[in-house]
Amino acid sequence: MNLSPDVDGGLAVLIAGLALWTIAVRDTFAAVIGFVAFGLVVAVAWMRLAAPDVALTEAAIGSGITGGLLITAAAGRRRRPPPQPDGRPRGIVRIAAATASVLAAVGLGVAVLSLPTPAPTLAPNVALHLGLTGLANPVNAVLLGFRAVDTLLEVFVLLLALLGVWSLAPDRFWGGRPGAAQRVDPHAMLVFVARLLPPLGIVVGLHLLWVGAVAPGGEFQSATVLAAVWILATTAGLCDWPPVGKPRLRLVLVIGTAVFLAIGLAGLVIAGAFLAYPPAYAKLLIVAIELPLTLSIAAILGLLVAGPPSREPRR
Amino acid sequence: MIAGGPIVSPAATASHGHLLVFAIVLPVLGALASLLAGGRWPARIALSTTPFGLAVAIAIAVSVCRSGRVLDYVIGGWAPPLGIALRADGLSALMVLTAAVLIIGIGLFAYAQFSAPAGTEARGSSVFWTLLLAVWAGLNAVFLGGDLFTLFVALELLTFAAVPLVCLDGQADTLAAALRYLLFALLGSVLYLLGTMLLYGGYGTLDILLLADRVRPGPIAWAALALMSAGLLAKAALYPLHLWLPPAHAGAPAPASAVLSGLVVKAPFFLMVRLWFDVMPGAADQAAAQLLGGLATAAILIGSVVALRQTRLKLLVAYSTVAQIGYLFLMFPLAGGVPAIHPWGATAWTGGALQAVSHAFAKAAMFMAAGLIYEALGHDRISDLAGIGRALPVTVFAFGIGGASLMGLPPSGGFVAKALLLTAAVAAGQWWWAVVVLTGGLLAGGYVFLVLTRALAEPQAPIKLQKRVGGGRQSIALMLALAAVLLGFVPLRPWAVLLIGRPASASAGL
Amino acid sequence: MSSETWFGLCGAVLVGLGLFGLITHPDALRKLLAFNLLGGGVFLVFGTIARRGAAAGFGGDPVPQALVITGIVVAFASTALAVALLRRLAEAGGEPAAAAPAPLAEPPS
Repeated sequence: MNLSPDVDGGLAVLIAGLALWTIAVRDTFAAVIGFVAFGLVVAVAWMRLAAPDVALTEAAIGSGITGGLLITAAAGRRRRPPPQPDGRPRGIVRIAAATASVLAAVGLGVAVLSLPTPAPTLAPNVALHLGLTGLANPVNAVLLGFRAVDTLLEVFVLLLALLGVWSLAPDRFWGGRPGAAQRVDPHAMLVFVARLLPPLGIVVGLHLLWVGAVAPGGEFQSATVLAAVWILATTAGLCDWPPVGKPRLRLVLVIGTAVFLAIGLAGLVIAGAFLAYPPAYAKLLIVAIELPLTLSIAAILGLLVAGPPSREPRR
Repeated sequence: MIAGGPIVSPAATASHGHLLVFAIVLPVLGALASLLAGGRWPARIALSTTPFGLAVAIAIAVSVCRSGRVLDYVIGGWAPPLGIALRADGLSALMVLTAAVLIIGIGLFAYAQFSAPAGTEARGSSVFWTLLLAVWAGLNAVFLGGDLFTLFVALELLTFAAVPLVCLDGQADTLAAALRYLLFALLGSVLYLLGTMLLYGGYGTLDILLLADRVRPGPIAWAALALMSAGLLAKAALYPLHLWLPPAHAGAPAPASAVLSGLVVKAPFFLMVRLWFDVMPGAADQAAAQLLGGLATAAILIGSVVALRQTRLKLLVAYSTVAQIGYLFLMFPLAGGVPAIHPWGATAWTGGALQAVSHAFAKAAMFMAAGLIYEALGHDRISDLAGIGRALPVTVFAFGIGGASLMGLPPSGGFVAKALLLTAAVAAGQWWWAVVVLTGGLLAGGYVFLVLTRALAEPQAPIKLQKRVGGGRQSIALMLALAAVLLGFVPLRPWAVLLIGRPASASAGL
Repeated sequence: MSSETWFGLCGAVLVGLGLFGLITHPDALRKLLAFNLLGGGVFLVFGTIARRGAAAGFGGDPVPQALVITGIVVAFASTALAVALLRRLAEAGGEPAAAAPAPLAEPPS
């Protein structure tokens, strides 16, 4: 794209404006809507920053399911007003916070302006070793190859977040289904859309996964699309959230990290280091990691939106 | 091995480096198995994993001591800056070993409380054991990680494992404490991440050793240091960012409080040390170090005074943690983040490390004791503790010995730690820190004796125990307290083994 | 000013706004929104760094881009945990915990 930098300036101002509105507006629901809009414009900014993988992830996760989660939370509060907050902080705290914020913003701005030129970069290093991973998408090569342990720990962190969310359920609901049983009019528009989109979504998701080896895409983006169609289907009452105690569900959640770990440990034997891939089989091993990983991440993302179990399990 | 660049210390990498991987991977495997198996398995899986984890920790410590060098491992064969390395220096090995021993003690202590009833999967037990293993994995990742972003992910792991432990009982006040903890922790993480990104922008790598070579004082380094320090201080609950800690640590179940106060809160401190001493020794100047010392002083004094005024035992112990964390941060002005050679640097370094370890054991013992007292009496009001000394003598004794370590009474690890810090302060000519250490010790004595005198007093009416507390759990609390005492028998001088991996400036004056 | 510098400064502004909101808003959900803005700002700064590191035929340095993806996922997980805590707190502190969490869309009444 050869648009002038002024467009980017305009985008930057728009982003900042949406952020200011999100902070300043009184109504919480409006703030959440502002945040969703903010996320979408930021996704455009990522495209301008030549980072299509990040743009996809920001749109899908940062704006999409985060927005969905926050809208649900905000809507729930309209129905059930929250306990009274502690009241506006004292003036001195606000002044201190404003000072700290201004200092942080200005300091960061100065740091951004004094970033060294030429910028130190690992791009040539990545390009040099890209072939050894069998992937052509450099971002995925970093995520699953050069810095794979970060991704491994990150998926484990996702799993823990889900366990943490589940742990908030009252004891009697443990092992039960999250969400509420949906009673939806079968002729409603929502149901129609929910019958139409999932097959499409699954195809798009799988495509995103497959093409992620050579083009923007990959397991996180794919998993988000799959999770989104699952959420849509449950919202429309076409299927229900599974009980969290179900062993098969636990297997689906754990298998991504487990396979990742297993292949990593196998690397100790066959390639001499943890998470090392012999160059001849690198692509195969990475695909073998990606498939169960995407499944697990999709399940975790969907269940994170569903929330803690809220119905008693059937004994 | 596929190389992305020169591999550091190939000999160490080839021989024992994979131990570092096992230290992190073993608890992760345990957590996954525990989540998958369900039912009564989580407790069994967790307790069976602990001996192996301890074996790995001992092996790492032995390897570091024997070779006298940093034990490192390049993951995937991709050497930094492209890839990620794990590193164990003397301090890492000590912390990994401490974590392993403490987790065993906490696991055994928690078994009675969190083993599932037959045939069902209870929420509390499944969640507790999986999260305990996850905390352990996160701790080892923090102690052994050699890349700043991996350390960020490890910090997030610790947060997500620790927060649900706080509100495990599902009460509204612990939920509020957990939410506040989460918000503070998230603020800390995001500030840390921002600093990390600035460092990458300035120097093109996130590896600690490479950054140590490349970082120069300048706006990028200062901004990154300020941001990352602010974030880590929020996570370490140093004054004035300590407000989240007392309700969170007091509200958690006793074994969880033990791991939170004993280990989890040490991880951000450990990262601060890595940051100031390893990554950016040039950028941190005396003024910043003295500022940290000032905050540490406030933490020690204010934390101890507020502890004295508490009416509930668990809150008193939690505020005591706030104070003891201050001692840890006294290490910064004393061991000096500046490249100038200090003869007392090694002394302060050992003092800080020993404070971290002995506090871990002592505080774990004290929280366990407080938990047992709460179970036995049904409450933990300090004013109504009279007679518990007769009913649970082992427990109160454990509390007392732990308290002695906090006060700095010989023999105890706390005494050695504070003596070393005192020596370093006087040798540095910064006598004001010595005053702070001594005052803090007096105040700690105040609140410990407050509890002990009440506990050992004769009750007006015979006390009624709500529940019989088994001898096994009391013994575990006692053993952890005795571990803190045993640390007091180390020689009162800097430890050579802790200095493995330190830059030359810190080794002078051994 | 080049395009990536615009976004970098925008990120700096977002960090300031997010920090202010996180500290001063009394309502936890608004604090969470501010935290997400703060995270977004941090990622934009990193995006600037990535764009400046374009070399070897790539539009940007892939390492920071990969780290941002990881960061976005972790931020979502944080938000999900915080939202669940918020809702549970409202249930436990307010009315009895009989009400189930609200579905994503209201069923037609």
